[in-house]
Amino acid sequence: MNPVLSVRRLEKRFGAVVAADALTLDIPAGQKISLIGANGAGKTTFVNMVTGYLKPDSGTILLDGMDIGRHSPRSVARLGISRSFQIPQLFVELTAAENLTVAISGIGTRMSLRAPAETQGRRDKAVELLERFGLADLADRPISELAGGVRKLIDIAMALVRRPKLLLLDEPTSGVSAEEKFATMDRVIHAVAPEAATIVFVEHDMEIVSRYADRVVAFYQGRVLADGVPAEVLNNQEVRRYVTGGVR
Amino acid sequence: MRKSLHPVVMIALVAAVTLAGRALPTWTLSLATIAASNALIALGIVVLARTGNVSFGQGLFFAAGGYGVALIANAWGLTDAVAQVIVGALCGGLLGLVVGPLIARYSGIFFGMLTLALSMVFYGALVKSTALGGSDGFNVGRPSLFGMSFTDPREADYMLYAISVIVTGFAGIAATILFRSEFGLASLAVRENNLRVEYLGLSANRIISINFLIAAIFAGASGAFALMAQRHIDPQFAYWTTSGEFVFVAVLAGNQSVAAVFVASMALELVRSFSNLYLPNTWQLVLGVFLLGVILFLPRGIGSLWIRDRRKRRISTTAHLTVERGAAP
Repeated sequence: MNPVLSVRRLEKRFGAVVAADALTLDIPAGQKISLIGANGAGKTTFVNMVTGYLKPDSGTILLDGMDIGRHSPRSVARLGISRSFQIPQLFVELTAAENLTVAISGIGTRMSLRAPAETQGRRDKAVELLERFGLADLADRPISELAGGVRKLIDIAMALVRRPKLLLLDEPTSGVSAEEKFATMDRVIHAVAPEAATIVFVEHDMEIVSRYADRVVAFYQGRVLADGVPAEVLNNQEVRRYVTGGVR
Repeated sequence: MRKSLHPVVMIALVAAVTLAGRALPTWTLSLATIAASNALIALGIVVLARTGNVSFGQGLFFAAGGYGVALIANAWGLTDAVAQVIVGALCGGLLGLVVGPLIARYSGIFFGMLTLALSMVFYGALVKSTALGGSDGFNVGRPSLFGMSFTDPREADYMLYAISVIVTGFAGIAATILFRSEFGLASLAVRENNLRVEYLGLSANRIISINFLIAAIFAGASGAFALMAQRHIDPQFAYWTTSGEFVFVAVLAGNQSVAAVFVASMALELVRSFSNLYLPNTWQLVLGVFLLGVILFLPRGIGSLWIRDRRKRRISTTAHLTVERGAAP
């Protein structure tokens, strides 16, 4: 299968801290890949470099063969990579529907200074996206009034608006209660399915990882420690020692 | 999304206010002209503030518009009031086109201080420029309208009042349409979280630059009105206290309603005039207390008097529906 994203010898340092150390990784299209690793292992740095927020010190990031290593987040988003955040990045004084309307407005090449933001078409699309996450009832509620778990889902819904080739989710179930985490992840997978996007999700919960990932990449000190199917990686002695601490 | 008056109704309102000037006493005409002119520049500050950035240096564009018009009027004899407003807007806009993209990458206090610094640099240059009259400035002739000269002071005052109300009114209508547009919503998004805006494939800098340009155009046109009203220009146009006064109006108004800018500007002029009349030595104190009162009791500005209720109504309706359907509130 052709990789949608190829990363070659990626390097990133913050002073003495090595966040990416000759990192090489292929992400094939259509898979659900989980990135695991202890805090500071370089998972979020990897996501930030792929989405253009951080520039690598060296190495290449290829999206469908095009080097995007020096592109801005805006350009990367337009090329087909979307992301959600560990702490949802929403427009808190706007309603859920308005948040999605901003995202929908951004799809075109030019924004109108005259055309009303809220047309029936956009409204329908926003509500349809919220419906996929079971949140249509909350369309007219300001984000500031919504719970953290709901914000997380809206954050992911925002990332889906562009129908990305590659969707990066940074800890989609963090802050969600143990009882809710599978239901939340089921909603996410169900909502993303129509887009047939390749999903890369950063996750600390190994139950989520083993249940939802097709493949697991374990990071340690900016390097790939192990890469393979969940059962194989999660039983790897080094992964158990440096990443999961023996917990499965 | 908020509903607002239909543009046709707004045009009718502008026409009614313009015609009402015929019945107003002469002293209120000049007061209303100044209020409309200040409202225009404050409207620009509100447009920009929707991106989360406040300009403390709109005096720069106000002075650019005023000086541009004054120089062209004296050099080429351009006295037509409408042409002067257009020239003022162009001068402000051209400067805004240069300055906007340069400072759009800054935000918050840095953005505000940069605009202030630029206006003070311009002020310093004007004071030192003997060709522009230095700190004394210079005079310009009385404006005309479509070839008509106005020797009767009341007619001249009414002409200026009418033009300022019409121009400011149409700027208000344009701003209302802008606030409801895709671009207007994206501007609010920039204020909330410009990083997310970039991740959605939009350019936050571009959005800020366009809003900045609009604010500069409004400020330039306002400078032209101030010049026509005073028939004199000096570097005070670019001084920081002048800019501060416009921010004062914008703070009073809040950024939720275009109408609030006009109400705030008129309220400020009335408070200033009456406190100056009855408390000549302490009128600044009265103004300060007035602003404090608004900040304490209406922290989102005068506009929140009517916008807040509408929003509350919408939310309570949604909550009611949510409870009825058995979902979590």
